[in-house]
Amino acid sequence: MPTAPTYQEIILSLQRFWAERGCVLQQPYDIEVGAGTMSPETFLRALGPKPYKVAYVQPSRRPADGRYGDNPNRLYKHMQMQVILKPPPGDVQSLYLQSLEALGIDLRKHDIKFEEDNWESPTLGAWGVGWQVMLDGLEITQFTYFQQCGGIDLDPICAELTYGLERIAAFLQDVDSIYDIVWARDPKSGEVVKYRDVRFQDELQLSVYNFETANVEKTWKHLEMYEAESQALIDRFTTLAASKTATVAEKERFPLLGAYELCLKCSHLFNLLDARGAISVTERVGVIARIRQLAVGLAKAYVAQQNAANNQEAAKQQKGGAA
Amino acid sequence: MPDFLLEIGIEEIPARMIDDARSELVRRMAALLGRESLMKATEGKPVQDESSWTAFASYSTPRRLAFRVSDIPTHQPDVTEQVLGPSLKVAFKDGKPTPAAEAFAKKVGVEVAKLERVTNPKGEYLAATVTRKGRQAAEILAEAVPKEIAAIYWPKSMYWRPGKPERFVRPVRWLVAILGDQVVPMEFGGAKAGKQTYGHRILSSSAPQISQPKEYEATLASAHVVVDSREREYRIRKALDAATRTIPGARWREDAELLKTVVNLTEWPAAILGSFDQQYLSLPEEVLVTVMRDHQKYFAVEDANGKLAPHFLAVLNTDGDPDGLIRHGNERVLRARFNDARFFWDTDQKTPLVNRVEMLKAVTFQKDLGSYAEKAERVGKLAGHLCAVLNKSGLKVDSNAVQQAAQLAKTDLTAELVKEFTELQGIIGGLYAKAQGLPRAVADAIYDQYKPESTEDSPPRTLEGAVLSIADKADSIAGMFALGLVPSGSKDPFALRRQANGIVKIISEHKLPIDIGNMVNAAAGGFEGTEAQSKFKPPSQITIGSRKTGEKINVPEHPGAIVHEIYQFFRERIDFYLRESLGFTYDTVNAVLEISYSDIVDVVKRCEAISQIRSSADFMPLFIAFKRTKNIIRQAKEKGYAIPWLPPESEFSSKEETALWSELRRLQSSYLPLKQEHKYLEAFRELAKVKEPVDEFFDSVMVMVEDPTVRARRLGLLNYFFDEFNTIADLSALAPEVK
Repeated sequence: MPTAPTYQEIILSLQRFWAERGCVLQQPYDIEVGAGTMSPETFLRALGPKPYKVAYVQPSRRPADGRYGDNPNRLYKHMQMQVILKPPPGDVQSLYLQSLEALGIDLRKHDIKFEEDNWESPTLGAWGVGWQVMLDGLEITQFTYFQQCGGIDLDPICAELTYGLERIAAFLQDVDSIYDIVWARDPKSGEVVKYRDVRFQDELQLSVYNFETANVEKTWKHLEMYEAESQALIDRFTTLAASKTATVAEKERFPLLGAYELCLKCSHLFNLLDARGAISVTERVGVIARIRQLAVGLAKAYVAQQNAANNQEAAKQQKGGAA
Repeated sequence: MPDFLLEIGIEEIPARMIDDARSELVRRMAALLGRESLMKATEGKPVQDESSWTAFASYSTPRRLAFRVSDIPTHQPDVTEQVLGPSLKVAFKDGKPTPAAEAFAKKVGVEVAKLERVTNPKGEYLAATVTRKGRQAAEILAEAVPKEIAAIYWPKSMYWRPGKPERFVRPVRWLVAILGDQVVPMEFGGAKAGKQTYGHRILSSSAPQISQPKEYEATLASAHVVVDSREREYRIRKALDAATRTIPGARWREDAELLKTVVNLTEWPAAILGSFDQQYLSLPEEVLVTVMRDHQKYFAVEDANGKLAPHFLAVLNTDGDPDGLIRHGNERVLRARFNDARFFWDTDQKTPLVNRVEMLKAVTFQKDLGSYAEKAERVGKLAGHLCAVLNKSGLKVDSNAVQQAAQLAKTDLTAELVKEFTELQGIIGGLYAKAQGLPRAVADAIYDQYKPESTEDSPPRTLEGAVLSIADKADSIAGMFALGLVPSGSKDPFALRRQANGIVKIISEHKLPIDIGNMVNAAAGGFEGTEAQSKFKPPSQITIGSRKTGEKINVPEHPGAIVHEIYQFFRERIDFYLRESLGFTYDTVNAVLEISYSDIVDVVKRCEAISQIRSSADFMPLFIAFKRTKNIIRQAKEKGYAIPWLPPESEFSSKEETALWSELRRLQSSYLPLKQEHKYLEAFRELAKVKEPVDEFFDSVMVMVEDPTVRARRLGLLNYFFDEFNTIADLSALAPEVK
């Protein structure tokens, strides 16, 4: 029996598979996010009419899920392999199954089911329908047809495949604890580096930080500052978009992406405060609504910005054709 | 005549939606074929009647909905009918045909001179007999079937094609539509109809052609798909039996819901038996079964004594597991799940329930009603009140246990295990209470606090549990109603109907002397002086009225309006319980509730009494007498006649009046005490004795006479009869028994 692929080989195989099917290979987004969906590569690219195909690994931080490295199945930060296909090809399900075969899974010897699982993120104003893909009783992938993002109906829609990399690795390597996953194997010496070696310290210390030491007052202050800055940018763009004298170039260069990064910061800081037990009942609902307002406002502004650019492009082409 | 086959190929349909969609598709097709005269209903049955669809065979798997209907005529029959044209007055002017007549003639293709003339009640008209050619079945199907597919109801649907041309449960990937051996050209969701279908995702690599509708099952069986869901259920049962037989004396736990789910998750089912380590059996069975059933869709296995055995059964969507790889994988997943559960259990024990009371301040019950800490306080008070009522009536309720249970009831919401298995809230609290050495009465009450969860579920086992469950539900109902979050139509987001049904069932089955009005009052009173009160709808906005008729009455500033509204709401729930759970007829229930319904135990007794006597011949005259009395009094009131209260020594002008009066005076001392003791059958038997004097009265005495004194006395007599003796149930409201 051949050796099971290492953690990094799994990532490499999936990346190769999707690159060969025309996906852009992006690198992880460098701001804290709770899920691959929050990366602008999904959240913003899903908006508007432009087709896009992308694949990337996204380390996803969920402070409240931390377990100090004690729990064999739970992590503060896990990794998702995110694939976005916009619009989804007609054979998207069989493409997905082929990607499992690319990992060395002989589907003929396993039991695979697509079970209903719909996805919704109230903070992002986003939802979709789809499945959890079950392999021998293990949920290995979230398969979602996005329907709405930032409160905006999508057309075309996109398919989002989210592979749970740790789960797949534990399955393929047949280990009971995430920390026993072989991350890398030296081809020469055969020496292995395990998930524990790479990530344990991170899990332990960040659990301590998230649950015990994060300064509540300062974190609140950070949250408020990021929020105010993000909202101020959105407001300025709204004024600019409505202005009759503003040029397309002015609109195009407006840093909405900056505003989005600030919004992501807010979301993470909220999760951090939540894990810290610092958010009261009344505050909770309110803060979620505020972040949602940022995300929805940004989605709207982003679409307006794209439209302004697209219209100019179209106008240019028409002019060029006439000349 | 050829058969017609339709198969819609769909990406995996949610298991919970498949059965309904399949029946709806058949229902729609039967209606369509009936409407288009392409299918004859079974003799004497309307096409809408499912039992007339003998020509239909319907199929479903996660990836397809299909049906075959046999012997469809290739053409509609021709229809000959008379078409009415303009009236003669309009059709001819001075004996010459007008443009209206010409136009009609052209439309029906007959010369004006050859048109018929018919006379109907409205006058004389031009007419023509026209024969409409029946259309080809294939043409009708091609046109209508896509519309029927599009109209199928899905609880949740999606767009997938650019431009969003249609919504459906999941993307449609192929379509088979054949009439005999001919493809019926049609298109839905971007799929064009053909003969090509698809087999099992993994087990079949070919895309077989269906040459004839009759070959549908066989063709797909050869591509590893069992299209008939009943056949899959049968195979799954056999496979589960076979797998269980490897463990001597073991049995798999029957679970109809789960079986239905796995039938709808598989195209080619098989089953495997897996095992888990004995050590996990130390976790509560409730947790183990929930993990297996709800999270992993496994069947639990029990030994000969009914005790949970360290095995499980998984239903696969493939043809077997020769290398044991699938079993190994499933065992691994279950082990991780059980490990998690044990981890949470152990973590949770570090903070006993009593130390979690404080944490409830941070858990919202409802945004305007505050936290669970506040709820626990209100529920404690209300439960205390109910305990006092029960103890006063001679029932023995441990009120200290109830208080402690009310305080701790919601603390398990802060436990890790409940966050993981929300469906086990309450149950886990009860298990923790027991593990933490709290009195059994407390643990059991917490464990049962959400019972009954459905109309089939049983009420809490103990009186303490019953009181806690009632207080918890009554508090939620009172708070939500005060906020105006009242169930309407199919919308009941806070499951208030279910909770009220629960209260009714608990009171009835535990035979509790709880007055609904008093309970509602106390529950609403629990919000007095709380912060939540500022969020309540001002009473002036509250409308009350009959839900049935939809009539609404605006109630002016009235602090009791909410209580009244909830009280009305309970009438519906009691009505529902009496009819749906106890099976009383609607008019029995109406007659009883019309008198009063605050004492549910008594309501049930009265319904039972009515059900026993209503068909017996002795009581028919009584019902009729009350009906006649009611009519006369209504007429008198309409005319504005005075209806006096009769003094005990009344004088009457006829012997029939005197006889009835003295019989009623006698009944007063025989009927009323029996009624008070809730001996309703005996009371009715006494009441039936009034038959003779009442009949004689109606036979010989005219009530509505000219003389106002005589009339008033007679009306007074009847009114007394109705008011004093129509008091167990409104007998005048009973529908006549058809024998």
